[in-house]
Amino acid sequence: MEAQLQQLKEEALQKIEASMNVKELNDVRVAYLGKKGPITDLLKGMGKLPAEERPKMGALVNVVREEVTEVLEARMTLLQDQAIQEQLEKESIDVTLPGRPVKTGNHHPLTRVVEEIEDLFISMGYEIAEGPEVEKDYYNFEALNLPKGHPARDMQDSFYISEDILLRTHTSPVQARTMEAKEGKPIKIICPGKVYRRDNDDATHSHQFTQIEGLVIGENIRMSDLKGTLSVFAKKMFGEDREIRLRPSFFPFTEPSVEMDISCFKCGGSGCNVCKKTGWIEILGAGMVHPNVLEMAGYDSKKLSGFAFGMGPERIAMLKYGVEDIRHFYTNDVRFLSQFHRTEV
Amino acid sequence: MLVSTKWLAEYVNTHGLDPKELGEKITRSGIEVDAVIDRSHGMTNVVVGYVKECMKHPEADKLNICQVDVGEETTQIICGAPNVAAGQKVIVARPGAVLPGGIKIKKAKLRGEESNGMICSLQELGIEGRLVPKAYAEGIYVLPETATPGESALPLLGLDDTLLELGLTPNRSDALSMLGVAYEVGAILSEDMKYPEATYTESSEKASDYLSLRIDAIEANPMYVAKVVKNVQIKESPLWLQHRLMAAGVRPHNNVVDITNYVLMEYGQPLHAFDYDRLETKELVIRLANDGEKIVTLDDQERTLKSNHLVITNGKEPVAIAGVMGGANSEVHDGTTTVVIESAYFTGGSVRQTSKDHNLRSDASARFEKGVDPNRVILAAERAASLLAELADGEVLAGSVVVDELDKVPAEVVVSPDFINNRLGMKISLEDMTSILTRLKFDHQAANGYLYIKAPTRRQDIKIPEDIVEEIARMYGYDEIPMTLPVEESKPGGLSSYQARRRQVRAYLEGAGLYQAITYSLTSKEMSQKFALETAPVTELLMPMSEERSTLRQSLIPHLLDAVTYNTARQADTVALYEVGSVFLGETESGLPHEQEHLAAVIAGKWLDHSWQGEKKAVDFFVLKGIVEGLMELLGHSKELTFERTVVDGLHPGRTASIKLAGEEIGLIGQLHPSEQKMRDLKETYVVELNLAKVINKEVEALYYAPVSKFPSITRDIALVVDSEKATGELQAIIQLSGGRLLKGVHLFDLYEGEKMEAGKKSVAFSLTYFDPERTLTDEEVVNAHNKVLKALAEQAGAELRG
Ligand SMILES: [Zn+2]
Repeated sequence: MEAQLQQLKEEALQKIEASMNVKELNDVRVAYLGKKGPITDLLKGMGKLPAEERPKMGALVNVVREEVTEVLEARMTLLQDQAIQEQLEKESIDVTLPGRPVKTGNHHPLTRVVEEIEDLFISMGYEIAEGPEVEKDYYNFEALNLPKGHPARDMQDSFYISEDILLRTHTSPVQARTMEAKEGKPIKIICPGKVYRRDNDDATHSHQFTQIEGLVIGENIRMSDLKGTLSVFAKKMFGEDREIRLRPSFFPFTEPSVEMDISCFKCGGSGCNVCKKTGWIEILGAGMVHPNVLEMAGYDSKKLSGFAFGMGPERIAMLKYGVEDIRHFYTNDVRFLSQFHRTEV
Repeated sequence: MLVSTKWLAEYVNTHGLDPKELGEKITRSGIEVDAVIDRSHGMTNVVVGYVKECMKHPEADKLNICQVDVGEETTQIICGAPNVAAGQKVIVARPGAVLPGGIKIKKAKLRGEESNGMICSLQELGIEGRLVPKAYAEGIYVLPETATPGESALPLLGLDDTLLELGLTPNRSDALSMLGVAYEVGAILSEDMKYPEATYTESSEKASDYLSLRIDAIEANPMYVAKVVKNVQIKESPLWLQHRLMAAGVRPHNNVVDITNYVLMEYGQPLHAFDYDRLETKELVIRLANDGEKIVTLDDQERTLKSNHLVITNGKEPVAIAGVMGGANSEVHDGTTTVVIESAYFTGGSVRQTSKDHNLRSDASARFEKGVDPNRVILAAERAASLLAELADGEVLAGSVVVDELDKVPAEVVVSPDFINNRLGMKISLEDMTSILTRLKFDHQAANGYLYIKAPTRRQDIKIPEDIVEEIARMYGYDEIPMTLPVEESKPGGLSSYQARRRQVRAYLEGAGLYQAITYSLTSKEMSQKFALETAPVTELLMPMSEERSTLRQSLIPHLLDAVTYNTARQADTVALYEVGSVFLGETESGLPHEQEHLAAVIAGKWLDHSWQGEKKAVDFFVLKGIVEGLMELLGHSKELTFERTVVDGLHPGRTASIKLAGEEIGLIGQLHPSEQKMRDLKETYVVELNLAKVINKEVEALYYAPVSKFPSITRDIALVVDSEKATGELQAIIQLSGGRLLKGVHLFDLYEGEKMEAGKKSVAFSLTYFDPERTLTDEEVVNAHNKVLKALAEQAGAELRG
């Protein structure tokens, strides 16, 4: 019986050695170690042995069984590893193939500029005010100190719908409407929107364009507040090291009126083609709200004062992104629009 | 306004500043200098020449061979100008000269004859053709006999000068004159003014014996001064006066006309010269024109007048349109001997109306429109008289003929230094303020804490305390203003709920693959109502610039389609755009149109293009519908959303739906009609437009969490055979209504129509999900619920259960 056991063991070890994959090895396991296998049979047949031999024989069978199991498990681990290895090799891919595209669109560059400005001023406590694009002459001109026959009306030749109604030439009527609605209370708003002027469309003119204006009214609002606010804006939009300067100008709805230049963000002020060699770039118009404008909206210009400013997102986008022709903003060429996809630092 | 810096220096000490530096100072303190123009254009080797001989070129009819004394030598120059002649003093560009436009002068041979330079026209020296005196417009310029051969020609022609081009804002009409600019420069540099001389010997005869004057329209013409000068010699003006006019952008004519223009540029006061004898009546009557009255103006145009146009008449007929243009009938000509010089104050409104009606804008009308200085009307007349005496040998008759009811009192402004400092956020001392007012030459007095200021009449823009704030600030320097932020009650800013949701809509659409477009609001009348969601009258411009941009749009789709065409023509294989913008419908009570914010989108071309893995898909109706469904889910409206087949002009009749929220129509979606596609050269293109304002403003339930079920759900699939015509949406609605409270989800997962089906039938398969968040469902409960669904489908839609 002992010899029989040894022979079984040799056979089993040979078959384990010869197994080339997990399945074959499992078959060996079942064949030799399974409930119906020869080793189990041997154990079952031990009943025929004399009682004193049984413990010795039992121990011997167990030793063989353990030995075979051990070898088999070792082989099993090896074959499993090999199998995984083969599978991994089979599954390997060309990682340089293109990924499945996630197609997304993006903001129009003008919206991008407008939202950036909106968000900056929102963070300083402003609200966004909007109003109609078709306006009454009163809100577009008269309430802004531009009575009928005022020479400055020539500055912005307009599209009239009737004698008293026109396409707004600036977003200032939103300011006039807001002031009227606020009935003498303080105001802090940003007004973005489309505006229209009688211009032939060319590289620098567009009969439809965008404006964004700001208005602050309160007790003792000073020109220094305007300058400080514009400086915050310039640094946020064009870089921390931007300087600003104010130059006298004229707008009927502000007095004093100024234009704001920023130090050139391309050359830093030494002069280049962006700043036309001056080191400065004109960005916006601003001023202290004209007392006539305050009074017409029912504000006491002796008690309250305010500042206003206005700029063109087209101009800002053209400067910031180097766009040379204003018409690009309105042709909606996908090759143009899709360039404003990525985030900026 | 073009300002010659040399001319300017006659009235104010400019400290010898480099013109660029001067320009910068002027810009920083109030008037923008748009350009600094070097009139010499860097020219050298341009000298005076004397044409000693001039003969025809033997080989060329149009060329002349000239022997020219150029100072150091006499040299041969070939000249093609028709007016060259022996005995002339001319402008010679010698070899080595570089003329404006980069023309280099070299020795050359012309048809075998040597030419050592070029005899020049003024145009060749960079002067605009429209400014060159008519006599020399078609040929070379001839210098006065006094010019010395060999000397540089540039100073003679005033080309050794630099011009400042001022970009004047409407409030600074005071700077529309050399004197006005001199005041400004004087204030900047703390310098006094030197006024031009106006002295002459008066004749013993009186102007009033020659001319009488009456104004019948004193409102429009509150002041009129006429001077009479006799025995004038009409001739060319001296060169210095001609080149100053050309520098200022005015073409020289003859001495009398040139003097009126010169004084206009000097004082900002427009003048007009009449031929006294041609007036015939010895009187001037200023009145409003009669409707239909006619006058032939200096430009030989016959103009029909209206009753609001002011005219100068000789008592019988108009001889000038006041402030706009003179009449041909009284024009100064070569034979004129006696002239009447008009210096008047015509009000801005009157001149503006007249010049607009006749489409005639001149240096004169531009100044009247903005308001001239009432105190310069007489000064300018006297200055002109003195120049006529000096340059036209005229005899100035004693006195003037005057009607004067013009208010010339300066505006008074009272302002406290505190007010000024509070407005600016500064602490400027009273001394600094008064010093600035002195520099500006504003009469002022400081008393009891106030500044009492009399603004000079040349500065008609100074009326209120804020104007003084600006004057002080600009002269003190805006750089000195500190930077602060408003001190106020702190309040949070932010977007309105509508604005915030609109931003989310944009972000969603972009995430879904659409680019934001911005198109024009103005379109053609024909396009304006196309695809409009509702029928309403259109809003049209009174005077459109073109038919293409004459009417406000009522739908965003047409311009988006233009963008698709544009992109497709440029090889874009996918175009996916959306726009958020206003449409304009009908009219509200206030007279303005209803402005509705809409959202539209277009898609064309490939939607999915991942070809190497075999994923490729063209756009179709359901791509766009899916985007709309996702949007409505984002906004919390998906339960109320339905699509109903409809017909819209311009869209495919079988592939168009109206979009409804709780039964209310809020938009449309569909494929562009194949014939429209063909017309626009497009492939399958899908469009959608929504009334965005309505969608965003529609009330939505508060977001409240529904407990996630701990118990398993049970799914049952059903396959139905129904009539092909039956809308699957209807089947889905039947299932939802009949499924009871346990039915939590219905999902269409298969649709088949084709050979294997009986004609006119289709197979539709749904997957139904049942669960109860409180417990595990029993089989029986599910079977009961499911049977109700099947029964309802059979009864209401004639649906058969498929094996
Ligand atoms: Zn630069």
